[in-house]
Amino acid sequence: MKVVFQKTSGLQDKETHYCPGCTHGIIHRLVGETLEELDVLEDTIGVASVGCSVLSYEYFNCDMTQAAHGRAPAVATGVKRVLPKNRIVFTYQGDGDLASIGMGEIIHAAARGEHITVIFVNNATYGMTGGQMAPTTLVGQKTSTTPKGRDESVQGAPIRVSEMLATLDSVHYIERVSTHDVANIIKAKKAIKKAFSYQKEGAGFTFVEVLSTCPTNWGLDPEESLKYVKDKMVAYYPLGVLKDRGGDN
Amino acid sequence: MPKVLMKGNEVIAEAAIHAGCKNFFGYPITPQSELVAYMANRLPEIDGLFLQAESEVAAINMVYGAASAGVRVMTSSSSPGFSLKQEGVSYLAGAELPAVIVNIGRGGPGLGNIQPAQSDYFQVTKGGGHGDYYTPVLAPSTLQEIVELTKLAFDLADEYRTPVVLLGDGMLGQMMEPVEFTEEDMKVLPEKKWATTGTRGDGAPKVISSLELNDVNLENHNHTLQSKYEVIKQREVRFDTYRADDAEYMVVAYGTVSRIAKSAIDEARENGIKIGMIRPITLWPFPEKPFEEYRDKVKAFLSVEMSAGQMVEDVRLAVNGKAPVEFFGRTGGVIPNHSEVLEAIKSLAGGGQ
Repeated sequence: MKVVFQKTSGLQDKETHYCPGCTHGIIHRLVGETLEELDVLEDTIGVASVGCSVLSYEYFNCDMTQAAHGRAPAVATGVKRVLPKNRIVFTYQGDGDLASIGMGEIIHAAARGEHITVIFVNNATYGMTGGQMAPTTLVGQKTSTTPKGRDESVQGAPIRVSEMLATLDSVHYIERVSTHDVANIIKAKKAIKKAFSYQKEGAGFTFVEVLSTCPTNWGLDPEESLKYVKDKMVAYYPLGVLKDRGGDN
Repeated sequence: MPKVLMKGNEVIAEAAIHAGCKNFFGYPITPQSELVAYMANRLPEIDGLFLQAESEVAAINMVYGAASAGVRVMTSSSSPGFSLKQEGVSYLAGAELPAVIVNIGRGGPGLGNIQPAQSDYFQVTKGGGHGDYYTPVLAPSTLQEIVELTKLAFDLADEYRTPVVLLGDGMLGQMMEPVEFTEEDMKVLPEKKWATTGTRGDGAPKVISSLELNDVNLENHNHTLQSKYEVIKQREVRFDTYRADDAEYMVVAYGTVSRIAKSAIDEARENGIKIGMIRPITLWPFPEKPFEEYRDKVKAFLSVEMSAGQMVEDVRLAVNGKAPVEFFGRTGGVIPNHSEVLEAIKSLAGGGQ
């Protein structure tokens, strides 16, 4: 019999705790497939963050270290710098973790050009704690701490992390991708693979921002959530390569 | 090896290197900055890793990463910076990662000042961060003792998979004394099979984490930690005594201030006061044994500290009501001089003779 599909060996064969319609599962799979395809699973150490992806160490099929809230880039720095250069180190962080409490750590890891890959999952909310405003929450977006919607005159405008990090000279590669449809998921896979490939080649800091959904906290069904990403989030967070020192851009 | 004249902060750095620590993450803060600068010079010479972090918070989390990869690693700071590291120390304790954290204490609270103080005693001996944990705390009183205790700090960290605190103060960090680095054999310690270095054919992935969502499992983990702390209490208590054998009164002091107390004790003895000293070397676990031995023999204890009275609480617990416990201390970076310690001793002994 011909095998037409099998699960990636980059993920453990487990049921995840993610909500229906959440795209964390897709993004996990893209990372897992990449690690498998690059044949680096046995050389990889992932750093889990705090938030919905806190348990990602249960799912990735490689050595994992769980970091304090926001500190994953610092932990990854420690791991990467003390191990032989052929090891692959990545962080998997949400927007509450990376763009708020962990803003210092991500900026400085990027500024130092740490040879790590950061998968930044942006769903414009704190998911795990129940849908509070994140630095990435869109203006007008209702959350449990902005019940009338984010008001720019009160909370300021959302932070475009990728654009900000792209200003740093030692950053090697930054791309923003989305998971709202199949075509974009294929693009997301390419970006993630590119980032890890750069790391494998010994290039510097690589960062992929992946726009994601949170149906539970957005109060939308899975299909509406995908549409929200497509219509609202992509409008504020434009997709594409923001920096690529190794490419043609 | 011949003796060399060095500054306390530099002695800690060199002693760490002698203990096989080739990885250091630092951040500047007075009065420990020489340690960071020394590492920046020395570590590249031995193919080690020196990295200046963007904050104390980042530094301790880099330590967490390096420790999880199984290497000997150290960071250092001074009181306000040490406070910032406490979150990370709690994670290290929870995830059972070995690391050495140096605190060269200064006056507080808040930004305080940069003069020597011992007012972080509560913080380092009672856990300090969130959750039920302790860290072994080693308190040297001379630069030569720094050499010995720095090595011990790494060995304890690795043996018990725990963060260990080396506690000094601005005086010890800044003073110069001749020291000798002895080439001791490295203690044979268990292999770090738990380290996350990539599976590389070793089977199932390893996980370093302090998270356990199941309450019963977390309680079991806490029981494991507490059992470990009991073993440390049984095996690793260290203290010194000075002129204690025939003492009728007993000073209790550690670190810098124990040296001042020695002078005061010698002078008190010349004045006919039979006084000695218990000097805790491990502040946690606190040495209870010598108190059990002396509390029925001596008339009173005097805890002398560069704080408003912190270790005195442990002294009272150890004396357990068997004798009066008095306190003398200076705070805010003021170093007590031996004559005021002598006055406190005379007052303890009923006005002196």
